Amino acid sequence: MDGRTAEFLEHVRSGGLVETGDWMPDEYRARLTKFVEMHANSELMGVLPERDWILRAPTLQRKLALTAKIQDEVGHAQLLYRVVEDLGKPRDACLDDLIAGKSKFHNVFHYPTCTWGDVGVIAWLVDAAAIISQKALLKCSYAPYARIMRKICWEESFHILHGRDVVLTLVTGTNEQRELVQEALDRWWEPLMMFHGNPIPADDDPMVHWRIKSQANEEARQQFLEGYVPQVRELGLTVPDSKLRRGDDGTWTYTEPDWDRLMAVVSGHGPASAERLAFRRLSREEVDWVARTVLAEAA
Amino acid sequence: MTATRVWEVFRRERAGAPMQHAGSIAAPDERFAEIYAREQYGRRGESEALWLVPRGAVAEIDDFVDEFDLKYRRVDGYSIKERLREARERAGTVEG
Repeated sequence: MDGRTAEFLEHVRSGGLVETGDWMPDEYRARLTKFVEMHANSELMGVLPERDWILRAPTLQRKLALTAKIQDEVGHAQLLYRVVEDLGKPRDACLDDLIAGKSKFHNVFHYPTCTWGDVGVIAWLVDAAAIISQKALLKCSYAPYARIMRKICWEESFHILHGRDVVLTLVTGTNEQRELVQEALDRWWEPLMMFHGNPIPADDDPMVHWRIKSQANEEARQQFLEGYVPQVRELGLTVPDSKLRRGDDGTWTYTEPDWDRLMAVVSGHGPASAERLAFRRLSREEVDWVARTVLAEAA
Repeated sequence: MTATRVWEVFRRERAGAPMQHAGSIAAPDERFAEIYAREQYGRRGESEALWLVPRGAVAEIDDFVDEFDLKYRRVDGYSIKERLREARERAGTVEG
């Protein structure tokens, strides 16, 4: 490591911040770009499971809330692609790589949404898991990303409440409605346990090393379990993991997710990966004329 | 076909509050810049005013020299390289 890189590392590790125009080591720029790009991709792909339910939402109020949430998430993708562009990768290149399967998006968006119960569980628990990671990103060494995360976290705040409200309505409804939630929880628990990634120790995680992330994967998962398992259980729902328990020291033990399967899912082999990417490809083709018209008119 | 340009967005959260940098947007022209800025930074009622400034119009000052830190008597108190380059450019003696 050359002196300049060592100095940079010391700067970020001791809490120093980096702005767009500042010098940064190539490895830092590359890792940061890939990370923010995946975040942007996830926001963009994350609306597709919910989009499937706009027309099938049970009431007008739910339809409007769901649409507003989707609008927020697409907005987050735009904000994040902007951060990526300032790091040197154009938005078009990001979208090309996404539909070509060259870049990744979050594991939870590779699964189908089978019922309205899934919509509730996603908005409540997937968003809860996401906000744990996102809050930790407020401390990211790259200040433009941390600033955008403040705006994103603010907008996310109603999403979890919306999800919790959907779930509460279902569990206080008919037996069939309650069943919808339990079945959705059964489907989503494994992806949720994979959400924060494998339990790589913070010291070995290059993202923590450069203080792009400030939280170890396992720490995030423990925070999720500590916060949400009691909330799930108090509704009379069963978490589908017989090994799940809280130790005397407050540490949760659980069935180890299949990390190879997680790798397979995020590299495009999840149950809904192909369908989602095909849809994104199609919509990119369909709106291409809009982009061309707008740019031509402005020229 | 033209490329998009970048505008820096500043927002006033409520009456009397200072304009603060909010982020940036990329747009093909001013009309789209306004539409995108409204969408990204105003649609949730979080702003009562926005300023859009083309990125190139922002003049940044980020060096604040402290004349009393005695750097002039140390070798690291002199940055020759950048100004030598500029001097050579002006004189038209840049090699290569």
